[in-house]
Amino acid sequence: MRPHVTLFIQCLLDTFHPAVCQSMLDVFKHLDVPVIIPKDQTCCGQPAFNAGYRLEARKAASHFLDVFQNSDVIVCPSGSCVYMIRHHYPLLFENDPVRLNRSREICTRIYEFSEFLVDVGSAYSGQVTYHDSRHLARGLGIREQPRQLIRHVSGATLVEMSDSDRCCGFGGAFSIKYPDISSALVDDKVHAILASGADTGVGCDMGCLMNIEGRLSRMGSGIRVMHIAELLANGLGKGSRP
Amino acid sequence: MIIRTEQYVHEAALGIRNPVLQISLAGLQERLGKGDLAAYQSLPEGPDLRYVAHDMRMSNICHLDIFLETLTDRIQEQGGHVFFASDAKAAVQYCIDVAARNDVRRVVKGKSMVSEEIGLNPALEAEGIEVTETDLGEYIVQLANGHPSHIIAPAIHKTREDVGRLFSEKLGIPFTSDPPPLTRAARNALREKFLNADMGISGCNLACAQTGHITTLSNEGNIRMASTLPRIHIAIMGMERVAATLDEHQVLLRLLSRGAAAQKMAGYVSYIGGPRQPGHMDGPDAFHLVILDNGRSRILADPEFREMLCCIRCVWRLNVCPVHIDIPRMLLALRSKLADGDPVWNVKRKSRLEKASFVLWSWLVTHPGLYDMVLGLSASAQNHWLSSKKENRMISKLPGPLSGWTRSRDLRPLAKKRFVQTYCPGKPDESESPE
Repeated sequence: MRPHVTLFIQCLLDTFHPAVCQSMLDVFKHLDVPVIIPKDQTCCGQPAFNAGYRLEARKAASHFLDVFQNSDVIVCPSGSCVYMIRHHYPLLFENDPVRLNRSREICTRIYEFSEFLVDVGSAYSGQVTYHDSRHLARGLGIREQPRQLIRHVSGATLVEMSDSDRCCGFGGAFSIKYPDISSALVDDKVHAILASGADTGVGCDMGCLMNIEGRLSRMGSGIRVMHIAELLANGLGKGSRP
Repeated sequence: MIIRTEQYVHEAALGIRNPVLQISLAGLQERLGKGDLAAYQSLPEGPDLRYVAHDMRMSNICHLDIFLETLTDRIQEQGGHVFFASDAKAAVQYCIDVAARNDVRRVVKGKSMVSEEIGLNPALEAEGIEVTETDLGEYIVQLANGHPSHIIAPAIHKTREDVGRLFSEKLGIPFTSDPPPLTRAARNALREKFLNADMGISGCNLACAQTGHITTLSNEGNIRMASTLPRIHIAIMGMERVAATLDEHQVLLRLLSRGAAAQKMAGYVSYIGGPRQPGHMDGPDAFHLVILDNGRSRILADPEFREMLCCIRCVWRLNVCPVHIDIPRMLLALRSKLADGDPVWNVKRKSRLEKASFVLWSWLVTHPGLYDMVLGLSASAQNHWLSSKKENRMISKLPGPLSGWTRSRDLRPLAKKRFVQTYCPGKPDESESPE
């Protein structure tokens, strides 16, 4: 089966704003992510919980756990419902070990809509600096997206190097044909990385990264060089969410 | 003004319609609320010091027995008297007794919320003792026979003109609404009170067990005068206010100054550990510390609400709280006590009707077929309320408790069919993919 997401539709959207639900479906369709909408879903229990009726909230929450028991990734277009499930289900079931486990487990799989689109849930420990490669930054105009992704890696701090969009001196065959010029350029890049205080350099082009990595290695530097995919794959699922 | 739950909705509506109060409160929030957040950012340890302080406070209150005993021992060693008051009545009686023994006729007070809590002023006045509030805001409120409307801004509900009229009536000065002459008039009147007072009464912002002192903060210097000029000083302290060590105390003191008034440090900070010592130039002959329980032990005994005692009464809450107390968690816990009652706290169920509604609701949301049906029926029934005039077909009038929404807002009508149903026309337990 293709990877898909299961939608938990907030009751207010479900009953008052079907058009918003349709918009969400449009976004998933555009991203080519198949969705499943379990028919038996009703409400997470928040109205009762917030009003103080924990017994009744617990019934609704048990129903939610039953309906979404076998769902892989759950996406919900409502911050307060996701908050309810992540933060209050464990409280509701503190004396019910079976459901407590099930709710803890479901917490690792439920995402708020925008969070799902942006956060990958990666975890890394370190100061990360980002190299803007020429084709990506100036050619495709992609500068902010990788930075956003890095900022969302839990435990990683993005520190900017100076002139992050200055060439690293790779240039394919250029690095072999003009080794002196290429080396001078990569020296500047490496010094910018060192000056940033980062312990990890990240980029989206392997050529640049091999060049930078090679020079750092020759200099005996301990700075790690990673493709952004590696960084994002790091500690998947361990990334904490606020 | 003591506001009871039953009057709250009414009083809140009055407050919201009071433009003076609203402008003043908005100003306070804008200046101090944002100022506080900026002040936390500028902490040398960074804003996360507030989490550290939360842990400190939890540790303080979980070991309260030890720290209060240490505090008491130290203060007694320094020649002070310590009285543990189990409730408001005991605390008030102690103050009255001290006053009677020492032939006290006139009392000056530094701003103290705990004295409001125990109703000290009327009790002393009933004994024929003249009590004067010396914080400018409290003094204004007292002259007007009112009650403070805010912990740190007690007279925020009054305009300059109100104060001008009040002072011209009570202090016999010509009417003015100009703050400097008004402040001078209060200052002259209060100086006389300070110099003639037999006893000073203050609250206590913090205490430190290690050193055996209590700490008072003010920006007008009035608490320092109230606690040093008269023969006797009584400080009343909520029993939760003690910090273990001077190190912890300084963290809390800095956070309190930032929290209460966006200051790095309050204008006047006094550490008071007892009466005047031999060789000291000033200070009272006798120092009494009243440590007040008044229900705090019951809060301490309840793990759900214990955290409330971390509060250092700066007035700000939630994201601006200097010790990061989780208020929403406690509000939810309180609501659950109202919903189903709690014999431990002697709380009765708030509403049988509301309970019945939620029982019915919980039954519906666990029976999807019926849930669909009820929503479908509601969608058909709503036509009755649907405004035909409005182009956007919103509901602008609803009956019963629902009118609370439509009093000031329109409501979008229910969809004819739930979205989930639209995409899943199959049997109730089948999940469907809307391709």
